[in-house]
Amino acid sequence: MNTTVQEEVRPTVDRAARQEFVAPKVNIFETKDGYVLEAEMPGVTKEGLEVTIEGNEITIIGRRQTDATPGELLFRERRLADYHRVFELDPAMDTAKVSARMEQGVLTLTLPKSEKIKPRKIAVD
Amino acid sequence: MTNLIRWQRPDIAIWPGFGRLTDIRDEIDRLFESPFAELANSSRLLSGWTPALDLYEEKDNFVVKAELPGMKREEIEVSLHEGSLSISGERKSEEKYESAEVHRTERFFGRFQRTVTLPSAVAADKVKAQYRDGILTVTLPKTEESKPKSIDVTVK
Repeated sequence: MNTTVQEEVRPTVDRAARQEFVAPKVNIFETKDGYVLEAEMPGVTKEGLEVTIEGNEITIIGRRQTDATPGELLFRERRLADYHRVFELDPAMDTAKVSARMEQGVLTLTLPKSEKIKPRKIAVD
Repeated sequence: MTNLIRWQRPDIAIWPGFGRLTDIRDEIDRLFESPFAELANSSRLLSGWTPALDLYEEKDNFVVKAELPGMKREEIEVSLHEGSLSISGERKSEEKYESAEVHRTERFFGRFQRTVTLPSAVAADKVKAQYRDGILTVTLPKTEESKPKSIDVTVK
């Protein structure tokens, strides 16, 4: 059975889409207990983070701290846009038990699988 | 010859889903632009990780901001040598995920190095670096000789 966390590209018309966004780089791992998603969003703190689960989609929005740019810009590579990315959830996930941690610009989401889906040993009398 | 300010391409990432395609395009842009960059040289373009950085000039300081998310302070090395600032380090991948099934890996791990040539001299002993929210900010105070000075014009 295909149980992956997929990203869905969809044309959105909500307010979020009209602002310029950048998709954060992510790593997604699956262990027997659940999924771990790491998203890189430098410049974002807990206060600027918005993680919402609606139906079978998880939306991550990270708003950067707007620190005043010092002086005159000589050279730029950083993209100073806010972050936005949407993922489609594996139906086996227990959305009530999702936990998030934000550290040095990296969001780590832990999404446990539902108990009933996990492989379980059955004792034989 | 005066340093030219690099033309800034307008950002086009309007569609969130296409974020990854614009990342590839950025890499290719950088590949073509970098021989002409006078202020900074991106070393080892084709190596895995080249963190993005900005260079600013204030009246009294140069400020470099580099995006290095998910690192520990001890893993970042900052050094100044003959007017060039070097930022390097190694980001180790988490061991606890070694046995997991990997669905996506977009994040880079491993060694990185960026070197920025500063336009004028800085006081090496007064350089400060701060790492917060995944951004490394290096403040390099200019030496007295480098600071802009106004020169009085006398008319005889």
